[in-house]
Amino acid sequence: MKLPSRNTQFLARDSYRMRRLMDAARILPVLGLILLVLPLMRLDSGAESPPTAAEAVYLFLVWIGLILAAFVMSLWLRRSLGPPRPLVTPVSGRQGMAAPSMPPVAPKDD
Amino acid sequence: MSFNLLVLTCIAYVILLFFVASAAERSAQQGRAKWLRSPLVYTLSLSVYCTAWTFYGAVGYAARSGLEFMTIYLGPTLVFVGWWVLLRKLVRIGREHRVTSIADLISARYGKSNLLGVIVTLLCVAAGTPYIALQLQSIALSFTVFVSDPGRVPLAADKNIIAFWVAAGLTFFTIAFGTRNLDANEQHHGVVTAIAVEAVVKLIALIAVGIFVVWFVASGPSDILARIDAQALPEWTIQPGRWTGLILLSAIAIICLPRMFQVTVVENIDDKHLATASWAFPLYLFLISLFVLPIAVIGMELMPEGANPDMFVLTLPLHLGQDGLALLSFLGGFSAATSMVIVASLALATMVSNHIVVPLWLKLRAARNLDSGNMRLLVLSVRRLSISLILALGYIYYIISGGSEALAAIGLVAFVGVAQALPALMGALFWRGASRNGAALGLSIGACLWFYSLFLPSFGPDVMISAQVLEHGLWGQSWLRPYSLFGLTTLDPLLHALFWSLLLNTLAFCLGSLLSFPSPIERVQGALFVNIFDRPGPTRSWTNPVAQAEDLLPMAQRILGASEGQAFFRAQAELQGKSGFLPDITPEFLQGLELKMSGSVGAATAHAMISQTVGTAVVSVEDLMAVASETAQIIEYSSQLEAKSEELTRTARKLRDANEKLRTLSDQKDAFLSQISHELRTPMTSIRAFSEIMMDAGDMSVQEQAHFARIIHDESIRLTRLLDDLLDLSVLEHGQVSLDIRAVNLRDLIDKAISASKSVQAQRNFRILRSRDPEDVEIVTDSGRLTQVFINILSNARKYCDATDPQMKIIVRQRKTMLEVDFIDNGSGIPRDKQALIFEKFSRLTDSLQAGGAGLGLAICREIMNNLGGDIDYVPGQGGAAFRVSLPLVLERKPMAAQPPAALARAEDAD
Repeated sequence: MKLPSRNTQFLARDSYRMRRLMDAARILPVLGLILLVLPLMRLDSGAESPPTAAEAVYLFLVWIGLILAAFVMSLWLRRSLGPPRPLVTPVSGRQGMAAPSMPPVAPKDD
Repeated sequence: MSFNLLVLTCIAYVILLFFVASAAERSAQQGRAKWLRSPLVYTLSLSVYCTAWTFYGAVGYAARSGLEFMTIYLGPTLVFVGWWVLLRKLVRIGREHRVTSIADLISARYGKSNLLGVIVTLLCVAAGTPYIALQLQSIALSFTVFVSDPGRVPLAADKNIIAFWVAAGLTFFTIAFGTRNLDANEQHHGVVTAIAVEAVVKLIALIAVGIFVVWFVASGPSDILARIDAQALPEWTIQPGRWTGLILLSAIAIICLPRMFQVTVVENIDDKHLATASWAFPLYLFLISLFVLPIAVIGMELMPEGANPDMFVLTLPLHLGQDGLALLSFLGGFSAATSMVIVASLALATMVSNHIVVPLWLKLRAARNLDSGNMRLLVLSVRRLSISLILALGYIYYIISGGSEALAAIGLVAFVGVAQALPALMGALFWRGASRNGAALGLSIGACLWFYSLFLPSFGPDVMISAQVLEHGLWGQSWLRPYSLFGLTTLDPLLHALFWSLLLNTLAFCLGSLLSFPSPIERVQGALFVNIFDRPGPTRSWTNPVAQAEDLLPMAQRILGASEGQAFFRAQAELQGKSGFLPDITPEFLQGLELKMSGSVGAATAHAMISQTVGTAVVSVEDLMAVASETAQIIEYSSQLEAKSEELTRTARKLRDANEKLRTLSDQKDAFLSQISHELRTPMTSIRAFSEIMMDAGDMSVQEQAHFARIIHDESIRLTRLLDDLLDLSVLEHGQVSLDIRAVNLRDLIDKAISASKSVQAQRNFRILRSRDPEDVEIVTDSGRLTQVFINILSNARKYCDATDPQMKIIVRQRKTMLEVDFIDNGSGIPRDKQALIFEKFSRLTDSLQAGGAGLGLAICREIMNNLGGDIDYVPGQGGAAFRVSLPLVLERKPMAAQPPAALARAEDAD
């Protein structure tokens, strides 16, 4: 699936959903990090021994939650990916590029 | 279990792997390897992250520090769950640019700089060596723990000898499968498949031990949770700094570790595999980690005081009499260690050969001007040698360090080392302004800091660094103490080293990039890398080369192998529409060749080799001139084309106009013929009718006869006049008229014309208004013809002027060499829509009978005036019909030869 260019101002509903899903995919690791450092804020310095079992349950639950979220997202996101590379690399995949004898386009800015 | 049995088990396991690997290689060669490169295999191969350090060390880590062991797996989980941000781009770049290692990627991004390749390679080797030593150590340790009869086999007690044989065996395996051929993409199907099998073995082994511990030793999850809380030590408290720092560190490590880069990026064939791995790999890590804490807790509970917690996975089943489970666990650990060593040594050997040995060798060859010989064999030999070297280094490190430290410590030291590549890597992916100088500066500073503050002290006091320096700093400077640089004393050694090295590394990288100016090739590569998703298709940087295909073919054959190289050249020639093996050396071809070769020897080396053969390392001024002149030629050619096409358009328009004119003329001719036949027919009809009456009627009076005869006579005169006019017109139109040119006075001509025109409608009394002085002009012209025109105009006025008190104004004006004579009456004039018609033949505004003419008068006037070098026009808006006759004061006598073109010109003017 080829996504519309970035310059397009408005997208069809499907493309719009896909864009938001990509946003979600970018947010997920941040959310994950926040959830994973939460135990730090529950520290009870007065306790003799740390509540390791409870923390472990919490961390593993967050962990499996992240995995599930990534699983659901990957089902959708993989549609926006290109075709696979052939196992035996073709001698040249450049037929499509009728290369003009011009130097490459100068970068826009640095 | 006896030592020999254990050795036999190991050998049998290795032979099994050997078969799996060679079967995979074979089916990959036959192109039947679809399942081999499935997302599942890709995900399992990523598990090379879980080394013996995970398998044995994680339990030990958990026993010492509680939940902190999880950080090592939570960091990678975040990176993979967030694959869309980083890994997707990394993998795409790796594939599009045929990157062979992390050093290759950084070198390629920063202008194919070999300096950076060398720095990253050295860093990775330095960080990788302890890690390999760690694997050897864990295998040796597990052997000594497992063997029940150390007394009978003295060998079994000597960990160093075991480690040596393990290293030798792994060297052999890696060489056999990792360097079988120089793969175009540096992909190793056999190795990856073997790694995937090992991933399954270690996962099953750890889960089996875990299930045994949770459900057979303890009585289920709730019991385990209770026991965890019972065993919890005060040291298990999560320390905020270490917790976040280690999550960050492990996240960096999964990106930067050479072996992880190898399996994640280099061996990747499809973005979709990454999509699967984004959840499947975290799931693998989850399952691996799930039973770590239970095993540690039960181990602490059941094992005797002083038992090494790093070996709980193995010793706990042994202690509980589960020999089969222990053997499985042993194989799991063995798998974890071997897979890591194989992939790591392969990745490091690729880097060493591509960035250090081959470039050096090329330089030497260039210096001595020698032929390169068989490059392919050379690269393979170098790679084999590098693998041996790296394993030897690992073994030496193991001997030196004494193999006594906790496993986790060594692993983290390596993590901090490879993390130094992170700023340069992130800059490569996301910052176009990142430059080679900045990357080199940052990497060097980061590497030095890591070396001084973590790597050297990790051997312990007085091994690599003296206790004196450790205690009081270099040269007694306390701010240079390795564990508390610049007086920072609150962090533990690991976080301290991570903080300072990454901070100063990043600062130096940013400053260096901001202050330096990148080379053109660097900027092109930077744009290509950062905008990888915007611009499909690889870099193009070869322009107008001078080498011959004959020079390049041998070199390509040496790198790619004879048949592969020839096939590539032939295919390229076919693409260009040529037969044979020698394509034209176009920039596109060179680009393709470089890309192909960089898959084998790395971007920088491939670029250097082609540069050497082609003869230009950078784009030369001549190249630029050639490109410029080519461009100029194209521009000139296209402007020529444009001019030509404009000319064609003009010609076409002219042709169209001419065609239109011809058609109009033809129409006019038709109209003329039909008019003329009508005009001739009308008098003819009346002549015939009256002559018939006179013939038939015998009793006709004389008066009647005279009347009819007069009608016939009048009609004949009219007919004659018409024919005269037509003849006149024809003569005038064809310019065949002979003009009688002489000097006359205009006033005399006007006088003559007025008196002559009086015969027309003689009953009407016209007032003629004249100004006699301006009329007193001598002109040289044909007086007879000019008078004819004047008479015609004046007669028309007498005929058509509808004023009750008609008058005619005659105005004469002189304009330079031209004379204008206006005849203006006071009638109603000619309607606007008829004004264009009056000079046409047979145009009569009123009924022909009333006018008594054929309608040729004004047409003849116009022809006369044209012949006299002047013109006659109708001038609207003068309060009546107004005709302006303009003529030259002196009519040049035209040579006869000039007449036909003049006639043609008139024909064109006619419409």
